[in-house]
Amino acid sequence: MTPQAISVSRPEAGAGDGARGGFGAVLRAEWTKFRSVRGWVIGMILAALLMIFLGVFAAANGFISCGIPGAPQQSGKACLPYVAHGPGGEVVTDSFSFLRQPLTGNGTVTARVTALTGEAQAESGNTVPGRLDAWAKAGIIIKQSTRQGSAYAAMMVTGSNGVRMQYNYAGDVAGLPGSVSAAHPRWLRLTRSGDTITGYDSANGTHWTKVGTVQLSRLPSIVQVGMFVTSPDFTVTQNSFGGGTSDNGPTQAAGVFDHVSLTGASPGTWTGTTIGGEGPAGLRPPGGPGPAPFTRAGGTFTVTGSGDIAPVTPGPSQGLPTATIGQSLVGAFVGLIAIVAVAAMFFSTEYRRGLIRTTLAATPRRGAVLAAKAVVIGAVAFVAGLVAAVVSIAVGVPKEENQGQVLLTVPGLTEVRVIAGTAAMLALCAVLAVALGAILRRSAAAITIAVLIVVMPFLLSALHVFSSGVGDWLLRLTPAAGLAVEQSIPRYPQVSTITSPAAGGYYPLSPYTGLAVLCLWTAAALALALVMLRRRDA
Amino acid sequence: MSGALHAEWTKLRTVPGPAWLLLGVVALTIAVSTAVVGATHCPQDLTCPVDTTKLSLTGVQLGQAVVAILAVLTISNEYSSGMIRTTLAATPNRQTVLAAKAILLGALVLAAGAVAVFGCVLAGHLILTGHGFTATRGFHPIWLSYGPTLRAACGSVLYLGLIALMSLGVAAIVRDSATSIGVVLALLYLFPIVLAFVGNTHWQHRLERWTPTIAGLTIQATTGLRSLAISPWGGLGVLGIWAGATLVLGALALRLRDV
Repeated sequence: MTPQAISVSRPEAGAGDGARGGFGAVLRAEWTKFRSVRGWVIGMILAALLMIFLGVFAAANGFISCGIPGAPQQSGKACLPYVAHGPGGEVVTDSFSFLRQPLTGNGTVTARVTALTGEAQAESGNTVPGRLDAWAKAGIIIKQSTRQGSAYAAMMVTGSNGVRMQYNYAGDVAGLPGSVSAAHPRWLRLTRSGDTITGYDSANGTHWTKVGTVQLSRLPSIVQVGMFVTSPDFTVTQNSFGGGTSDNGPTQAAGVFDHVSLTGASPGTWTGTTIGGEGPAGLRPPGGPGPAPFTRAGGTFTVTGSGDIAPVTPGPSQGLPTATIGQSLVGAFVGLIAIVAVAAMFFSTEYRRGLIRTTLAATPRRGAVLAAKAVVIGAVAFVAGLVAAVVSIAVGVPKEENQGQVLLTVPGLTEVRVIAGTAAMLALCAVLAVALGAILRRSAAAITIAVLIVVMPFLLSALHVFSSGVGDWLLRLTPAAGLAVEQSIPRYPQVSTITSPAAGGYYPLSPYTGLAVLCLWTAAALALALVMLRRRDA
Repeated sequence: MSGALHAEWTKLRTVPGPAWLLLGVVALTIAVSTAVVGATHCPQDLTCPVDTTKLSLTGVQLGQAVVAILAVLTISNEYSSGMIRTTLAATPNRQTVLAAKAILLGALVLAAGAVAVFGCVLAGHLILTGHGFTATRGFHPIWLSYGPTLRAACGSVLYLGLIALMSLGVAAIVRDSATSIGVVLALLYLFPIVLAFVGNTHWQHRLERWTPTIAGLTIQATTGLRSLAISPWGGLGVLGIWAGATLVLGALALRLRDV
């Protein structure tokens, strides 16, 4: 035996080689495998390009015309209605009947509400009497000015959500529960002290409970104070095959106030104003500008109003053609199919060509091989998704606005979350596909399963195949839950919304919870892949 | 030709994959349909605008994916294993090979599709009637004796056959199994998603008339026929054009390229 032969077969030399390379070397090996297969690189680039193309196409064809039936139809930006922005920058609805007087400096307004009744107007034009919307509102308000979107704080009774204190459109605090009636009236009080507004409620006018305190920054010295009534559009959706059927229309509510008192520097005379009547035709309330409909009998005021004071949410219920940044990301589906295909092949082709034996001979630690493949494909998918999402939104969103859609703006951080989240969702699906490729060892089966468990639940839900309850559970439990990360507008408890990823962009899970569900699926698939890799012969 | 057919039949029946996939078509289609009809109720006080036949045939939407895999593997497996060289050495006329594959695949899918669709109709018939979709409330019977339901059921079987032929054509063009599956799944499922997001009525109309799955599945409609973008048989015809075009392209590719 020659000395060379002995030194070559020394076990510590081999172990030293492996240790010198470590995980970095495995990673580099996998990266080399990926980038040197032209088809895979092309596949990833194609995924990004298709994602952009489809997203921009959908964005450019979102909405086409508007106008009153019978009159010449308008299209594009001519349809863009007046849009009010709240103090937080979000798009808001701000229309209500306001019985007001100016208040200079600090003061307190108190009123008792003894009744809240409502009616709805269905799409057919029929009025449905006695239909009080759950979020019809009657109460007292302190508002910066009569300008739509200005800051406010309000105490109110609602259709079926008890007493609430709401402020600056997004804020909502619950007060006394139960509905209002002559036998069970509700006393409401708002006190202004500088920038601080405090809301109280009471069932009898003697025992008061503080509901909440809010700071309205830079509130002017003179504010508008008074009683208001408003009632949002209703939407009834029924999901069934071939698309949901929905009925929606405006509702109207009437509130009865008495024991109205206002302390502080004010003229003492009430003026009725309809806030939000000055927008173009088609916006509620249809009455247009002018005095709010109210009647006064002694100390009792009856105010009738329609509209809402709330953030605008996506979906059919608001009467506004809305668009979200998530809508230009619909192309993520085609990107997903291409990325998943490449990712599944990244592992399964090694079995077809027998390369897996070479790979495992070079790196006997099978977990390291799986991890390296997951890291490489995840990183590539993330970058492809990130580029595609940024371009889709940058190009698609202006097109949505050109279509006459109201873009529901979101804070920059939310935009970052939607974009990075979409990229992360694609990366997680890619890792899931790699794991499936390792488990099944066949590209075809891995791709099909990966695509079906992500795309099918969404499709079944978007097509309203199931009644909404079942569709919601599909989007909660399957990997498709990860798509929730594209939801840009938060759900507000005080606004009725429907879960419909296609129509409104609302998913049953919150963005991060949805992504976590996808993470769990991916982790489970990786764990199973690891067990199978270790147990089976290559 | 009969020799080629016999050869293809031998290849198909001597590996376990195709039999399992055909079983998968039947099981998955019926399972999804049963789940969907089981989850659909029509309460007494509501009018339910549901096309009960179409609802019962929902499983076809998932079953078609399995059909597509079977069709793709019929040809792409030969490429990945190198078997295609042996096949073409035995039958040098390449069109004959593709035709034999198409005939055999079509026959098998039609047979499995018939069982699957019958199971779906049976599930709808047995379950939906108990969920409030009764004749007294104006719902048509979900059974093959009712003309439109018979048309929808037979059409759905043909639909699955055409999906198989289209997928075979794509696989003959693309050759690689993974890429073929990706392309076919995109053809099947992307257009419905795009349709859900595109608000432009012109584009909606175009998508409904000319894309393989949306147009093809109009064959399942039994209510609101006047408002369809394309007639049921016309829609299936559009899918037929897609299948024919991909098969012709696949045959051309097979003829012009080296193996």
